[in-house]
Amino acid sequence: MPAELRQQGYSEAQLRLVSEKVPCREAQAAALLALFGEPDHYSFPSIFIYGHRAMGKSHVTLTLLRELQMPHVVVSCVECVSPGLLFEQVLGSLFDSSAVTLSRSPSLSDFVRLYRQLCAEDSAKHTRYIVLDRAEVLRDMSANLLPGFLRLQELDNVTVILLSEIVWDKFRPSTGCFEPLQLHFPDYSKGLQQILAQDSHPSYSAELYTFYINILLGVFYSVCKDLRELRHLAALNFPKFCEPLEKGEAEESDTHKLWRNIEPHLKKAMQTVYLRELPYYSKFLLIAAYLASYNPARTDRRFFVKHHGKIRKTTFLKKHEKTSNHLLGPKPFPLDRLLAIFYSVVDSRVAPTASIFSQISSLVTLQLLTQVGHDDQLDNPKYKCTVSLDFIRAIARTVGFDILRYLYDFL
Amino acid sequence: MSKRKSKDTQWTAGECVSQAQKILRERYCYQRVPSSPVGIESQRKNLLELLRRTAIHGESNSVLIVGPRGSGKTMLLKSVLKELFEVREVQSNVLLVHLNGLLQTDDKIALKEITRQLQLENVVGDKVFGSFAENLTFLLEALKKGNRSSSRPVIFTLDEFDLFAHHKNQTLLYNLLDISQSAQTPVAVVGLTCRLDVLELLEKRVKSRFSHRQIHLLNPMDFHQYIETTQEHLGLPQDFPDERFAQEWNSSIKMLCEDRSVKDVLRKHFNTSKDFRSLHMLLLMALSRVTPTNPTIKPGDIQEASRLCSMDAKANILHGLSILELCLIIAMKHLSELYDGEPFNFQMVHNEFKKFIQRKSHSIHNFETPVVLKAFEHLQQLELINPMDGPSAKIQKEYQLVKLMLDHSQIMEALQKYPQCPTDVKQWATSAFG
Repeated sequence: MPAELRQQGYSEAQLRLVSEKVPCREAQAAALLALFGEPDHYSFPSIFIYGHRAMGKSHVTLTLLRELQMPHVVVSCVECVSPGLLFEQVLGSLFDSSAVTLSRSPSLSDFVRLYRQLCAEDSAKHTRYIVLDRAEVLRDMSANLLPGFLRLQELDNVTVILLSEIVWDKFRPSTGCFEPLQLHFPDYSKGLQQILAQDSHPSYSAELYTFYINILLGVFYSVCKDLRELRHLAALNFPKFCEPLEKGEAEESDTHKLWRNIEPHLKKAMQTVYLRELPYYSKFLLIAAYLASYNPARTDRRFFVKHHGKIRKTTFLKKHEKTSNHLLGPKPFPLDRLLAIFYSVVDSRVAPTASIFSQISSLVTLQLLTQVGHDDQLDNPKYKCTVSLDFIRAIARTVGFDILRYLYDFL
Repeated sequence: MSKRKSKDTQWTAGECVSQAQKILRERYCYQRVPSSPVGIESQRKNLLELLRRTAIHGESNSVLIVGPRGSGKTMLLKSVLKELFEVREVQSNVLLVHLNGLLQTDDKIALKEITRQLQLENVVGDKVFGSFAENLTFLLEALKKGNRSSSRPVIFTLDEFDLFAHHKNQTLLYNLLDISQSAQTPVAVVGLTCRLDVLELLEKRVKSRFSHRQIHLLNPMDFHQYIETTQEHLGLPQDFPDERFAQEWNSSIKMLCEDRSVKDVLRKHFNTSKDFRSLHMLLLMALSRVTPTNPTIKPGDIQEASRLCSMDAKANILHGLSILELCLIIAMKHLSELYDGEPFNFQMVHNEFKKFIQRKSHSIHNFETPVVLKAFEHLQQLELINPMDGPSAKIQKEYQLVKLMLDHSQIMEALQKYPQCPTDVKQWATSAFG
């Protein structure tokens, strides 16, 4: 049973409208409203609401402020490139915008002075609310913004609400500040199904859609709990789910058949495949670069020289190899090592023409190789290979090269 | 349910509760100066005497009020100034300039603010000054009244004093303290700061001009006084319109403060922090549960408010993670234990996770690398993982070294509370080696 919203100072009709718009979040809305109190009462100078993405933080706060008609302004801090934009938005929404004249790059001092001035002309009968969404951006804007906003209630009956994904411990300045009241919006648990089921398609029954949602959650819930993403995935995959019904192959009650149809499709939806078309020699250059990055230089002789003779693994080597090179990342290699490996890997005789070198630089532009060290080191530039093992295996497969045989970590 | 009184006004229960809420909220939120601040009598007398000497006898002074956040520095200053300005001579003669380190982040801005507060904008007009010192002396000269040879006394209050020490060359501080040492104008410089080591921040020439007077505000309350203060702060004042309601309220508060569980809660808060701000936060949360149908504060309200105030935020965030993200965190925990706190990258974590899936897991199936990378990036976005050297374009994101910002006990606690956590994941977490 959802808790009813009750607060003196607001009509029952308004409160009922609010609780209809915030399904599964009535408890949080009630807690927030209880903190706000009546329209002309003071509330705590600053409130910090935190929780994962798509938990309804902005939605609940905005619904409360809008439906109950409290004077407020909402600013998304990500959109404010400079503090000036933030100040303009706050003053412009709370006061009559014609009276607001800010200088070109206003400081917090200008903002406070102007705010005090405008308050004196138009003092608040009801509490004003300033909502700062994505408040974590404020930390990097200017060191005094966050502590300043937390204390804004010294000027007027205003409460600042900060919304963020990140916990308050990461916000606190080193010398401390006025601590805000913290409110947590927990994850949905049972309510997720309820909310997702509200998106049902008109031409199909609600039970069918609920069944579909249950399958979807079964596959994706262990990876992703974000409501927005799940709604997107549900909308994306529903047509495929309904295919057998459209074609007449199954009825709504053939749950098993529908499940068998959609489950592999959903599992595949979690995979992504990348493969780009590269010219023939570029592929070999990339393979050679990968080998140069992930094989230690002393093992080149073993792999690439014919009749190399035996190489003994001494105990010295064994003790120091605790992690494979694949876990540490690619190592840089000089250009001549790359060319040496390239020539031994490519079957036919290839002359060192300029086109080979230009292919190397185009691999760098494609960010499949990166140049390490100074740009002006012309005689022996160093590179490293930045593609993953799966990618290079796919490439090697297209040219018929067994790369695993040449990698030191897979011996 | 209206309360009948012999006098004219009749207040309903709803109105009484509303009025009580209004008064108490103003007390907790708006920081009204209490008529008789407790426990700081000697400091108050000290400061009052100092400012009186500047205001009436024309003696220049400088003093620093030092105390932790929420210990009452601003409150002390405000109450002293209020008492001082009750004297007529002071009211007509002395000027007050309030500066704040958070707002005036630059000496230029500070100078403009001083000009504005001394109301000398017209006098300054478009003049251009060579240096800060010239500007300041001009301002103070301009304050000389008509035929009197001495300038009017000015009291400068500098809030967040330590932030002013970060300005370039500390010009503002140097000039203000310089003027307070030379006998030209009677000037009092009062600084408020929360840093005990504020004098270390000052340059030598600034420090030598400072009088080294410090007033420390250390709250010497004991637990008994803390409970008494709580009772006082929760009580309704004498002039409350409905006497009967006020009496009932005050007696219920008295009973509340004698309740065993409430005393335990208050002791827990007292042991964490003695300052009034956190007490007010607790009381406000308890007060917000008071409604006309529930017109008193009960022990349960205080307990619930305490629980909300002392929640572990990181544990709450961990509760909302997906299973895959939780598994990655456990993998990271094992890596830090195995390699003694050394940083790791995504490939190492993924490797550890794959080992778990191949050997021990029944319920978690293998996810594709991009999916696992996305989960890793989400953890980075929540700042549960921090990169060692900041974001770098040169290193691929799979190989960038990061470290985990959670400790062992937080992870284990989160696992206990995690809804429907698979048993093999729990066992993996508690096993010694991955």
